[in-house]
Amino acid sequence: MAHTLPALPYELDALEPHISRQTLEFHHGKHHNAYVTNLNNLVAGTELEGKSLEDTITSVAGDAGKAGVFNNAAQVWNHSFYWQCMKPGGGGQPGGALAEKINADFGSFEAFVEQFKTAGATQFGSGWAWLVLDGDTLKVTKTGNADLPLAHGQKALLTMDVWEHAYYLDYQNRRPDYITTFLEKLVNWDFVAANLAAA
Amino acid sequence: MSFLIPALRRLLMLGWLVLLLVAAAPAQAAFELPPLPYPFDALEPVIDARTMEIHHDRHHAGYVAQLNAALSERDDLAGLSLEQLLARARRLPDAMRNNAGGYWNHSQFWSAMAPAGDGGAPSEELEAAIDAAFGSAQGLQERFSQAAAARFGSGWAWLILRPDGTLAVTSTANQDNPLMNLPGIERGTPLLGLDVWEHAYYLSYQNRRADYITAWWSLVNWDQVNQRYAEALSPASAGQPTLSPRTPGAEP
Ligand SMILES: [Fe+2]
Ligand SMILES: [Fe+2]
Repeated sequence: MAHTLPALPYELDALEPHISRQTLEFHHGKHHNAYVTNLNNLVAGTELEGKSLEDTITSVAGDAGKAGVFNNAAQVWNHSFYWQCMKPGGGGQPGGALAEKINADFGSFEAFVEQFKTAGATQFGSGWAWLVLDGDTLKVTKTGNADLPLAHGQKALLTMDVWEHAYYLDYQNRRPDYITTFLEKLVNWDFVAANLAAA
Repeated sequence: MSFLIPALRRLLMLGWLVLLLVAAAPAQAAFELPPLPYPFDALEPVIDARTMEIHHDRHHAGYVAQLNAALSERDDLAGLSLEQLLARARRLPDAMRNNAGGYWNHSQFWSAMAPAGDGGAPSEELEAAIDAAFGSAQGLQERFSQAAAARFGSGWAWLILRPDGTLAVTSTANQDNPLMNLPGIERGTPLLGLDVWEHAYYLSYQNRRADYITAWWSLVNWDQVNQRYAEALSPASAGQPTLSPRTPGAEP
């Protein structure tokens, strides 16, 4: 079965004023959609056709000859995950087991926030900032372009898109403002907690 | 010192502090942001004035400021020209490589553009080299546009003069460029470079990078490209156009 574009888990204007309807229209309707279309075109008629998204990603990761498939497949996965990492009225702090794990592995929630902000701000060019489970330990990482934790044996718990298209219409060059807003107003900690619980 | 009244003593200490700070200040002369060679709205409608203002006054200015900040901690690199820094990119820390590249790339970008209709045409010599390498001007445009469109993520497309004297189209990621001694980069003298970071076109074109690339050709300043080509070929030049000299008088 061909890969499909998942619907956004909220209305296009649900994240305003932090992320505009216009940004989500392009980001979901054009960018994410184009990755899906490109991926289907690239795998059509190959042994990758019909494979799950995760299997596709892991089977071409590190293969320079399959960079096109990897980039598009990974970007399909990254964006589907990113939408779920946000919600209207999000932000604040996690509770329960996730909060305890963050305190145990980073020292404090504030220490995690600092690391995550730094990862997002210092990912030069296009890419992503992540909270991952690496073995039994929570870590903050950053990846360039389409790269993702799955290609490094890590489990993604939270991501933030820092490609310029994610924030340029709303924040232009002010990436740090987008990052702060993402953490304070948008993060869906319930989704992150569920990812940890399922790990 | 005990005979000094406390106020005078503080003054003396302050003087020492100032001396220490001056002595610790970098000998490095600061790189400077070149002014745009035309008003913000000169390239409309292909590139809107707001994009030009943010791109030059924020992005480009940011690269210059961060490069100077990074250099202020590296006395061993003091006195090197921008091109000399780029030529040793492999040994530079990421922050310096990225900001030096961002500084150089944008400087060449502004001067490689002119208001539509003002950019002239390729010289006879350049035209002959283009025909030899790409078949025709159309051939160059297709190859270059393809390289710009295919650059995944952020980066640049380039027309370069190779060391062997032929022209080639290349593409680099992020703020890397053909002057850098990095693995995977075909080195040469950049004659024309196109910014395909999303910040270069997102306010006007959003996801339509291909439309931006097509429209951008009407802005190419061929007079500038001709000059770069002539300088790169001239034995008198170092082979690389110096686009962003340091503060006058600061060169060793
Ligand atoms: Fe994105
Ligand atoms: Fe740029």
